[in-house]
Amino acid sequence: MTHEIIIAGFGGQGVLSMGKILAYSGLMEGKEVTWMPAYGPEQRGGTANVTVILSDERISSPVLHSYDIAIVLNQPSLDKFEDKVKPGGILIYDSYGITTPPTRTDIECYCIDATEIAAQMNNSKAFNMIVLGGLLKLCPMVTMDSVIKGLKKSLPERHHKLIPMNEQAIYKGMESIVPMKR
Amino acid sequence: MDINEIIKPENLVYSKPTLLNDNTMHYCPGCSHGVVHKLIAEIVEEMGMTQDTIAVSPVGCAVFAYNYVDVDWIEAAHGRAPAVATAAKRLNPNKLVFTYQGDGDLAAIGTAETIHACNRGENITIIFINNGIYGMTGGQMAPTTLEGMVTATCPYGRTPELNGYPLHISELVAKLAGACYVTRQSVHNVAAIRKAKKAIRQGFENSMAKKGTSLIEIVSTCNTGWKMSPDKANAWMEEHMFAEYPMGDLKNV
Amino acid sequence: MNACAPGKMQYNDNYKGKHNMSEEVKLMKGNEAIAHAAIRYGADGYFGYPITPQSEVMETLMALKPWEDTGMVVLQAESEVAAINMVYGGASCGKAVMTSSSSPGVSLKQEGISYCAGAELPCLVVNVMRGGPGLGTIQPSQADYFQATKGGGHGDYHLIVLAPASVQEMADFVGLGFDLAFKYRNPAMILADGVIGQMMEKVVLPPYRPRRTEEEIRKTMPWATQGRTPDRERNVITSLELDPAIMEQRNIKLQATYRRIEENEIRYEKLNCEGADYLMVAFGSMARICQKTIELAAAEGIKLGLLRPITLWPFPYAAINETAKGKKGVLVAELNAGQMIEDVKLAVNCSLPVEHFGRLGGIVPSPDEVLAAIKEKLM
Repeated sequence: MTHEIIIAGFGGQGVLSMGKILAYSGLMEGKEVTWMPAYGPEQRGGTANVTVILSDERISSPVLHSYDIAIVLNQPSLDKFEDKVKPGGILIYDSYGITTPPTRTDIECYCIDATEIAAQMNNSKAFNMIVLGGLLKLCPMVTMDSVIKGLKKSLPERHHKLIPMNEQAIYKGMESIVPMKR
Repeated sequence: MDINEIIKPENLVYSKPTLLNDNTMHYCPGCSHGVVHKLIAEIVEEMGMTQDTIAVSPVGCAVFAYNYVDVDWIEAAHGRAPAVATAAKRLNPNKLVFTYQGDGDLAAIGTAETIHACNRGENITIIFINNGIYGMTGGQMAPTTLEGMVTATCPYGRTPELNGYPLHISELVAKLAGACYVTRQSVHNVAAIRKAKKAIRQGFENSMAKKGTSLIEIVSTCNTGWKMSPDKANAWMEEHMFAEYPMGDLKNV
Repeated sequence: MNACAPGKMQYNDNYKGKHNMSEEVKLMKGNEAIAHAAIRYGADGYFGYPITPQSEVMETLMALKPWEDTGMVVLQAESEVAAINMVYGGASCGKAVMTSSSSPGVSLKQEGISYCAGAELPCLVVNVMRGGPGLGTIQPSQADYFQATKGGGHGDYHLIVLAPASVQEMADFVGLGFDLAFKYRNPAMILADGVIGQMMEKVVLPPYRPRRTEEEIRKTMPWATQGRTPDRERNVITSLELDPAIMEQRNIKLQATYRRIEENEIRYEKLNCEGADYLMVAFGSMARICQKTIELAAAEGIKLGLLRPITLWPFPYAAINETAKGKKGVLVAELNAGQMIEDVKLAVNCSLPVEHFGRLGGIVPSPDEVLAAIKEKLM
């Protein structure tokens, strides 16, 4: 089983770290993983994206032209990656700031109001974990146990006290993801 | 008195240091390099550092310094001796590491390496031969060339409008916290040679005591490049070079 | 792609299977793997200068503080020029020293690299390539192939050039690069790119080796400047020799070393070449992309094979010639305008069509673009 995933949004939304946690979680389950960021000034406020591949087999290219799953967290990312979801694939987006929702009918589109939920939780930092929860609900490619282990691996020890909060956000995300209303 | 009489050990009043080997020097008659080489050979020997010295030679007339002083040498690219010495010393903290550089090498192409090695306080000694001219390449203008001085690349005399001003490296380095000892010396007479030797020895001792960077500037002649007899070059140096580059310690902490 | 996979690769036996597979599998960037591997190799010194996309090498070393542990020296130099000359100084003393940079910085290092080659100094230079020319872009590129394999600096010399295609190989090639450098007294280069440097992958780090002792250096490298002992003449490290007759002899000696390296150290990997109709030749990240192209092509009934040179110098001319026999054509895929293709053409000697596919200026193509190029240019 292979999952080819693109996560894209604004710099600062935690796009890269969400990908990292997913990759570490895959590592915990003995999967092959690659994490390939679009790097550079994009990290600092422009658009950011990362390609994460989880597979039971050796991974060939870390760079892809189409994806099983696209997680798009702003309008420019939605515009850029909607076309690159494989037919039958999944597109997840946060409706906040989206003026033109996805139109393709040959893919499954899901909406998660992660910006709003993070605001309700009074914790904007939880945003990317809410999205991750949504992804794992649709596509449980790694267990919650592995995610917690992955968090421990990817976060420096001084931030380990934040893990319960992250876990809570993931569960919140699982509850909140819904199919896009057409 | 025949020759056998003369060479009796009890008649010996002077000998060259054993570290200065018998290779024929390529330096011009009257050049200051030979004197400074001899001082270095003497000091390394006197300090008992023969087995623990790594010397770095420059590009310029002294590129062949490694042919004359019997210690281990690394010949550096033009201007890069302080970077080369930085690594040699950091990787061999108990060795005596020094560079031997001219003004073209140290004060032009190697300015960045000089300033930064001194600013990091590398535990090395930089011996800086300043004769105000490029010797090896045939007498071109150096950053240290005096105003009005004629060289192959300022044939009508150096002018600030065209070439800027003589660069005072020692004054610059003395301002850096990493430099522990900055002094300006010469080797044109016996008294000066004695003082220069003391200065180089202090530099080497600073290096071994890990006190920071020592820079020993030796204001020198290049009678060939200056197109003068050795005597006249010495007199010209005293009159003109010393006025621009005054003798003495600039920093000693 | 596991660098230690037997069969496909032509590794020297000394190196093969050095991994302790019980070692923990880690996830890290290629640049970070370089840093960890350097410490574990027992490197004596690293001298660097920040430049994207490889700054994580020095950042990781500084965070790991190996000077407290193995005694390795890590120093941020004032420039790439100073850094390579620090490498020159350290290597002169017989130490295992390295530097890393990216394309513009590696251009600055060329003088020092030429000096290292001229003075026969073993050392390791890492180039995590970005797009040029000039300041260019910070995005991935393979446009320094000519610079790395055809000289780079002045004079008749060669670097041993290793092209990693995975984070695992970033880690493995540090040790391999140092070992080859010391074996032949010649600088080695790891020629990676922004993809390999920046991506995270699983890696098993090589085991810790102690740094060489002063005694070992004296024994194995009697030429090193470590202080003249009474039993020998002074050692002089220099690339200078004004007598052209002696200089020619020095060059002849260097060339003899290069011939020995060519005889013994060619490495490459073959994938799916048997029964393939078309052959792709690609290195580094581009070879990874081409692997996916093989999968895409197979789904359409097109049989593609891939030959990946691991050593870009010495180049696997004979292996490419042999592998290309009976194929309908060769596509050389590179992140440049066509550099390695010249060597591939030399290898096959006009016996079949050789075409090029490349993206420029930091654009990394996707696997389907390579397939489209094969269809367009060869079918």
